[in-house]
Amino acid sequence: MAVLYFARMTRAAQLQLLSLYENIELVERVLSEMCHSEQIAEETCYWVGMAVREALANAIKHGNKLNPDKRVFVEVRLDPQQELEVVIEDEGDGFNPEAVADPTDPSNLLRSSGRGVFYMRQFMDEVHFSPAEQGGTRLRLRKSLTTRRSE
Amino acid sequence: MKTKVRDVGDVRILDLEGKITIGAGDVELRQRIEESVGAGYNKILLNFGGVSHIDSSGIGELVGCYTTLSRRGGKMKLLNLTQKITDILHVTQLITVFDVYDAEPEALTSFNT
Repeated sequence: MAVLYFARMTRAAQLQLLSLYENIELVERVLSEMCHSEQIAEETCYWVGMAVREALANAIKHGNKLNPDKRVFVEVRLDPQQELEVVIEDEGDGFNPEAVADPTDPSNLLRSSGRGVFYMRQFMDEVHFSPAEQGGTRLRLRKSLTTRRSE
Repeated sequence: MKTKVRDVGDVRILDLEGKITIGAGDVELRQRIEESVGAGYNKILLNFGGVSHIDSSGIGELVGCYTTLSRRGGKMKLLNLTQKITDILHVTQLITVFDVYDAEPEALTSFNT
């Protein structure tokens, strides 16, 4: 279940989600709708969507530890300069991104986990973790949107 | 994710379709592979032609199944990767780990070489 606030005129969306994986699809639909309405390049929409999927999965699984009573807060904003910013906050115990090993190191290549933050850093221009006000993790993802979809 | 199962000789082919992502296709992928191994197949060809997304959890399951099967003396190969899935395997450097094929006959033959 999710609570959705969608402000079309400002190209911004705010969502409060319960910590359920199915809510990742909801956020991706909102993101996709915003990107398409602004004629953002299909490739950019796809890769930003992948990064946001990873961020939400981390917030739900590692942040809120799948506790459905804990929420994930999402804010998506398309600014006039066509920069896409997504801010995601969880209600977990915090996260240290420096503790994540490089998944492309040969010794880690066959590990079955630990690629989420790597995905985000590959597909976004900026990935910034900080403590959230309520004590969890605040993640800011930013992508410069310079390529429009050709019609 | 939807999976269609086909057997060609001693090779189990899984035609995958949809998203292999956390809480959905990732677990299903593992289950389909485990079922195949349980049915006696240790040569598994994953057809990614219909896969639109694979997130880090899906990649994790793929790697985990590959490792498990390899330890048991089996082989797992990939077929018909889309450009986006290929890109993901390149950035994660897993393209160096998996055997990838564009044509099914060639992939099937490779299991016996």
